[in-house]
This record gives sequence, C-alpha cells and structure tokens, in this order.
Amino acid sequence: MPPLRVILFAGLLLMGACADRPAAGDADALAEYKANNDPIEPANRFFYRVNDGLDTYILAPVARGYRYAVPEAVRRPIHNVVNNIATPVIFANDVLQAKPRRAGDSMMRFLINSTAGVGGLFDVATSLGYPEHDSGFGTTLALWGVGEGPFLFLPVIGPSNPRDAAGFAGNVALDPLTFATFGGSRTLGIARAGVSAIDSRERLLDPIDNIKKSALDPYATFRSLYRQNRQAEIDGLRGPDIATVPAWFKK
Amino acid sequence: MLSRRATLAAPALLLPELARAQGAQSASAFIASLGESLTAIVNGPGSYEEKKRRLAPLVERDVDIEGIARFCLGRFVRVATPAQQQEYNRLFHQVLLNNIFGKIGEFQGVTFRMTNTSASEEGTLVGTLIQRPNQKANTVQWIVSATSGQPKIIDVKAEGTSLRLTQRNDYTSFLTRNGENVGALIDAMRAQLQA
Repeated sequence: MPPLRVILFAGLLLMGACADRPAAGDADALAEYKANNDPIEPANRFFYRVNDGLDTYILAPVARGYRYAVPEAVRRPIHNVVNNIATPVIFANDVLQAKPRRAGDSMMRFLINSTAGVGGLFDVATSLGYPEHDSGFGTTLALWGVGEGPFLFLPVIGPSNPRDAAGFAGNVALDPLTFATFGGSRTLGIARAGVSAIDSRERLLDPIDNIKKSALDPYATFRSLYRQNRQAEIDGLRGPDIATVPAWFKK
Repeated sequence: MLSRRATLAAPALLLPELARAQGAQSASAFIASLGESLTAIVNGPGSYEEKKRRLAPLVERDVDIEGIARFCLGRFVRVATPAQQQEYNRLFHQVLLNNIFGKIGEFQGVTFRMTNTSASEEGTLVGTLIQRPNQKANTVQWIVSATSGQPKIIDVKAEGTSLRLTQRNDYTSFLTRNGENVGALIDAMRAQLQA
C-alpha cells in the first residue's frame, strides 16, 4: 500500500477517536473543552504530526533554499504575480459578500497590476490608493451566516474547519483558471500551486519558527492562532461597507 | 422642577462617560509615549544586549506581567501550590521578556501610527498601525487597564490574535496533556529558557 494511503487510512481510523470530554462536575475543564471546539482532537493531532513532518522535511527546507538562492528583489515580483493571479477569486468573494468598495479595489488592482504592473510583477495599484486585501469563500460563508463547525486539522491544507474546508473548495470553483483549458494549462496550474506554496511558506518561515520555539504545545498554539485570526477577520467585515467617495477621488 | 432635576442629574449621568473618555485619552497618551520610547530604542544605535538592557525597565514598568501570568495559568491557578506559583511567576517573567527581546531583530526600521481607541470589558483598546520596511502594515491593539491605579498593558492583540489568550491555550493544553501537573509546566518552562 502506498504510504499516503496508509496515512489517510490511519487518520480515518483515528477520526472515530474523540477527545476525552471532561466530567460535567468539572465546570472549568468543561468550559475549556468547549472553548477549544476540538472534539476530534486525537485525529487532528495525528494529521498535525503528518503535516509537520512533511513541512519539516520538504516544504520548509525548500522555502529556506528559495530564500537563500533567490534575492528579495526577485521574490517580491514573484509574490506579486501569485497575488495578482489570485485577485479574481478575491473579487468574486467581495461581490458575494456585498462589499462594493472592496470589490472595486480588487477589480482596479487586477486591471492596474496586470497592465501597468507588467502582468502583475509590480504592485502599482497599492500606491494608487487600491490597497491589497485578502478574502475567500470561507469568509463569504461566514458572512452568509454559516457556523464554523468543529476545528479540523486537514492533511496538507492544515488548520481549518468544515466551513473553511468548503470555502477552500469554493475558491477553486470560483477561480477562472480552474476551468481554463489551453495548451499547457495543466502545467501552469501545477506550477502556480507549487510557486504559491513556496512563496507563502517563505513568508511564514520566521513566524512559524518563532511559534515552534516558544510554544510548549505547538498544535494548541496553531489552533488558537488560526481560530482567533479567522474570527477577527470575519468580525472586521461584519460592519457596513458604504459606497463613499474613495480617497483617491478627493482632491 | 422636572427640568431643574434633569439639569442637576445630567452632569451625574455624564460623569461615567466623561471618565471613560478621559480614560481612553490617557490610555492613548500612555501607549503613544511608550511607543515613542520603544521605537527609539529598537531603531536606535547600540548592540542587541544594550537594547535589551534599556528595554527591560520599560516593560517592567508598563506591562502587568503578574496579571498576564495569572491569566495564562487559567484554571490551574487554583491547583498550583504557593511555591509553584512563585516559581511559575519568576519563569513567566523571563519567558515574556525573552519573547519580546526575540523580536528586536525583526523590528528594525519600525514606525508606528496611533489609530482609534475604544472601551471594552477588558480595558481600553488602543489601536496602532505598525509598519516595518518592505512589509504589510500590522494592526496592533494594546489593551490598557488602570485598575491598579496607573495604566498598565494587560494584553496585546496583533491582527486580532490575543497574546495572552494564545499563551493560555498553549499552557492549559500542555497541562491537560501532562496530568494537570503544574510542576511539569514549570520544568518545561525552565527547559525552554535554558535552550
């Protein structure tokens, strides 16, 4: 049996294993258990170890090599291109979230950076008053009222929950490149995924190293950071997005 | 009569609001002044060790380290013996300082800008925007409480993630997985500091 199948099979077996729920009498422990929102913690920890192994021995060394071999002056345009290709998905989500100002920013960023920014190599749009922002279908679902569900640590993808996992699939479905077929489109898709993974990992080298060094239970720390960060991002978008006159339009 | 009563009552009703506004103003001034001092040291000349020496008294003065330590121990505060609590506090102090000093290198050429200040249940939330060269600006909120008589930082939220809540989740999860033994946490913290 190939190793990946063995890993997934073991993971599925562990799915049945639930975290020990504290006794009802221990109110504080029970409150902590509920706050962690991690009923299948043993399975999640298993996949955390799998991902951590893949990261330690493959992705992180590749990202370190990339940082060592490629100067920042080259890494930055590569990062800009990766961001630019992802902008249509952000735009689609801005629209689905009924955020006209953010949708306008995304559209202008894509138009400006694809043209004046030479195919996305340079982020000209930020200096013209269209700042970068991130969004995805997981956030869209949250704004539509879908609950996060229990915490999940997914193979390869990492920290997530059912809503964000559906969001991940939604982002793929919203991406025009998913359905584009032309000569070399498959190769382009694979190359883009690879470059995007290395670029993201390179940018996270220092923060992840710091967390692993300072945390006594890195899994619990990553879980906490992921959940807090997602909640803050969603809360930040709950306010009204009134179509006021943009800053660049004012004298 | 009613209007006179209302006139007399109005200042009394406004007092908490006024106190809150003053609290927000003083918390904001407190963070602005601390921010100036911190960035002057971090961006200024001197070796890493010198910067550490100059930063330590500022952190000791303006951060409620004991309060944060107590918060991070969560429900295990009641389980820990007085001796364990004392040792935990001592180690936590060093861990926190090390974590702050560890970022000195990362924060070269840093500038900060004050944003909005608001009241919350925990204390006054003072917003700042921290900019490092070639990096996206980070939103950092400082939670300031003046319950001890003078303003102190009781938490820092970077991009919405609370420093003390993350630390508490780390410690309590470690304790849950290590037989709820505070001694094990103390040993792990000691090992971490020696590494």
